Amino acid sequence: METDVKRRILLKGSLTASALGVAVAAGLLSPGRVLAAWPEKAFAAKSLPEMLQELLGDGNTEESGDIKIKAPDIAENGAVVPVTISTSIAGAESIALIAVNNPAPLIASYDLGEGAEGFVSTRIKMGKSGDVVAVVKSGGKLFSAKKGVKVTIGGCGG
Amino acid sequence: MAKNSIKIRAKLKEDVITVKALMTHPMETGSRKNTDGSLIPAHFIQEVTCESGGKTLLTAFWSGGVSKNPYLSFKFKGGKAGDMLKLSWVDNKGESASGEAKIS
Repeated sequence: METDVKRRILLKGSLTASALGVAVAAGLLSPGRVLAAWPEKAFAAKSLPEMLQELLGDGNTEESGDIKIKAPDIAENGAVVPVTISTSIAGAESIALIAVNNPAPLIASYDLGEGAEGFVSTRIKMGKSGDVVAVVKSGGKLFSAKKGVKVTIGGCGG
Repeated sequence: MAKNSIKIRAKLKEDVITVKALMTHPMETGSRKNTDGSLIPAHFIQEVTCESGGKTLLTAFWSGGVSKNPYLSFKFKGGKAGDMLKLSWVDNKGESASGEAKIS
């Protein structure tokens, strides 16, 4: 009975390993590329200027009316707050999505490839009421906009 | 590793393609606690890549701050109806998944 359980765990473990192996072989998982690319320091930063410096190499942004943030004024469930960012700024290279009052403010960073429009929509967690900030990088400059969202029930499990 | 854990729709309208994707993933921040007080380990998608026609359209870097079962929508130009669009993700444990859809 016990050896049976051990056998099952071993089999399950090796299946996982082989699946990973297949993934690596298929080029889906290139550990070097992925681990190097994820901006760990930016995600660990606690303040907005520090985070921007880590992520985009620049702590300064310019407020822009060409970035629109669509998010609810009041989010009843902080675990799922829909946020849509759209910008008409030409040559937008990346969009960063930040929840200022979250324990780790940087939520997501989108690198826009060839042909991609300045538009992203997703759902985020907000620990408490605060600003959602969008930072758009274009032509070496950073532009930002913000929108306040009130959260009635915090989304970080607290 | 999960099959069909990504649903994708890609619609072409007046030369802009709108992509909507829904992924299945627990997206644990690592800050939540179990009922016994122990921390639930962080388990979230870190990188999402979307490509079509041999070009990378979007690369997204995420934290656990993205909601569970993440929804993502973006738009791009330059694709044609019938082209395949592929979306893949890798999470902090090294697990990955990908899905494809035809632009319609």
